[in-house]
Amino acid sequence: MDKPLISVKNLTKSYQMGDTIVHALRGVSIDIYKDDFVAITGASGSGKSTFMNTLGCLDKPTSGEYYLDGVDALNMDKNQLAEFRNRKIGFIFQSFNILARTSALENVELPLLYNNKISTKERKARALEALASVGLADRANNMPNQLSGGQQQRVAIARALVNAPLVIMADEPTGNLDTRTSLEIMSIFQNLNSTGITIVMVTHEPDIARCAMMNIVFRDGRIIGSREVPNRLIAAEELKKMPVESAESTI
Amino acid sequence: MKILQLFIIAFRSLNKNKLRSFLTMLGIIIGVASVIAMLAIGQGSKKSIESSISSLGVNTIIVMPGALTSGGVRLATGSANSLKNDDETAIAQRCDLLEYISPVVFKSVQAVSGNQNWSTVIFGVNDDYFKIRALTVSTGVKFSDQDEHVAAKVCVIGYTIDSNLFGSGVNPIGMSIRINSIPFRIIGMYDRKGQNAFGQDQDDAIIAPFSTIQKRMMSGSDYLNSIYCSAKSEALIDDAVDEITTVLRQRHKLAPSDDNDFTVRTLEDIANIFGTVTRVMTLLLASVAGISLIVGGIGIMNIMLVSVTERTREIGIRLAIGAKGKDILLQFMIESVLISFIGGFLGVCLGVFASYMVGKFGGWPVTVTPFSIILSFAFSAIVGIFFGWYPARKAASLNPIDALRYE
Repeated sequence: MDKPLISVKNLTKSYQMGDTIVHALRGVSIDIYKDDFVAITGASGSGKSTFMNTLGCLDKPTSGEYYLDGVDALNMDKNQLAEFRNRKIGFIFQSFNILARTSALENVELPLLYNNKISTKERKARALEALASVGLADRANNMPNQLSGGQQQRVAIARALVNAPLVIMADEPTGNLDTRTSLEIMSIFQNLNSTGITIVMVTHEPDIARCAMMNIVFRDGRIIGSREVPNRLIAAEELKKMPVESAESTI
Repeated sequence: MKILQLFIIAFRSLNKNKLRSFLTMLGIIIGVASVIAMLAIGQGSKKSIESSISSLGVNTIIVMPGALTSGGVRLATGSANSLKNDDETAIAQRCDLLEYISPVVFKSVQAVSGNQNWSTVIFGVNDDYFKIRALTVSTGVKFSDQDEHVAAKVCVIGYTIDSNLFGSGVNPIGMSIRINSIPFRIIGMYDRKGQNAFGQDQDDAIIAPFSTIQKRMMSGSDYLNSIYCSAKSEALIDDAVDEITTVLRQRHKLAPSDDNDFTVRTLEDIANIFGTVTRVMTLLLASVAGISLIVGGIGIMNIMLVSVTERTREIGIRLAIGAKGKDILLQFMIESVLISFIGGFLGVCLGVFASYMVGKFGGWPVTVTPFSIILSFAFSAIVGIFFGWYPARKAASLNPIDALRYE
């Protein structure tokens, strides 16, 4: 645990918006270690999403250093970055971002399609395995419009997992979900984390943030606080406490 | 990304928007079909023009004896007796660019039937002469090789002879006429040709076997008035003329410094016009067909641009989870190529069918050549690649974060 998995030093990001220059990040430094489960919180416009996109190699910062798994992530061309994202990072978005009119299984297969080393047979097997791990093995052939919001997000989680990434980046993964479904997603996250997957998650819901191990608070493009969560919420237990609802509203 | 997967993705995406894909394809379908139909109809009309022009005798080459010089005065072309039967035989044997050849002797004669008489010209020719002059005999028959061999006294007459010697209502076939006191049996009548460009009545002639006329009316001499030939094609006329000239100069033992003692004539002007007509027509058809395909290609480009915009988010997702620009480029390229290929294939079917229908019900000679099918299909594929490239390039160069944020 000596070397951090993610190491960010003095990251800044500013961009032009109309006449004004927006400073989204004003010098962010942080180390995130393997097996961490980090929740990033902060008001909207505090720079947490920009930070997340930078960590996910989707966006380039204006200055600073960023090492992921010991690799300089800021010194790669477009194709190298694409491959890097494909092999090392799993993404989960607030709006699920799964392809419409494409079955759950094919959505999960997608990252493997962009990896030539994986055969068709292996791709199918791994995608099914990932779907099973989020409890959707029986929904493999359903189209997204036949799935509930929670189920769609679980397809997205399976897609993020299928390439066995080093880290999962989740941007408001429960933003579009109700409390119960949110807790179920968090329960999956905690399970994944316990099997050794590092998770970085942006959220603005305090309850969801309490499911993580570490909380980082952003304000005005800076980290203003970082602490370990004192009494961590175990999502599975919270779920048990909730009143049992009728069958149709369960995911 | 495997190419097969890209094809599946492209095919699905076309399948999702069936109507739109079909309408886009329609541009290519109509483009390709029109290329094939145009070329088929064009080939057909070219052939029909060709045959109607060749009935004017475009390929005809006429060899005439040279001018006779008498006491320093040069007489008209054809006045010398420099062409003989052997010349005709030599040309027939040694000039392989010629399709038909006939020796010609003619004589002004007085034709008499009963109490009617008529002044006309009798030609002694062989069977090829009918082909060179595009004369058809649909009443009665032409004379046979046997008639030629035995110098039979048979003849084929023109309409003017018939109307002047027999009048209406009488079938001249089998009747006997006296030509310069020699009785001839009429065995056929050639179809009316009307006047030629110089106002001569082409129906005012009697045609008889060459041997008959030369032996019985030319007092046995073996001189020819002219030799009628036709080149195998319009393009070969000049070469054929050279060939004939070489053969005749050798036979007449002319020194290089001597002038020809014969004249070779062609219908050069008409031949040139024919060449121009063909060229203009080919150009016209090619441009019409090309324009329709390009319009189809613009349709593809338009739809692909719409498709890229519409699927910006999808592109963003693909880029985020590891698609390279190349993968996206290929995905959209294959989609447009697929449109143009399927469209091209359907267009070929439609074009062949349309040509066939035009041929069948329009009474127009059509020929669908494999060349036109390959040409139009290849062109449609090129159009698909050309017009698909820009939208695909646009999709591939999207920034993942912008594409993901796109609403």
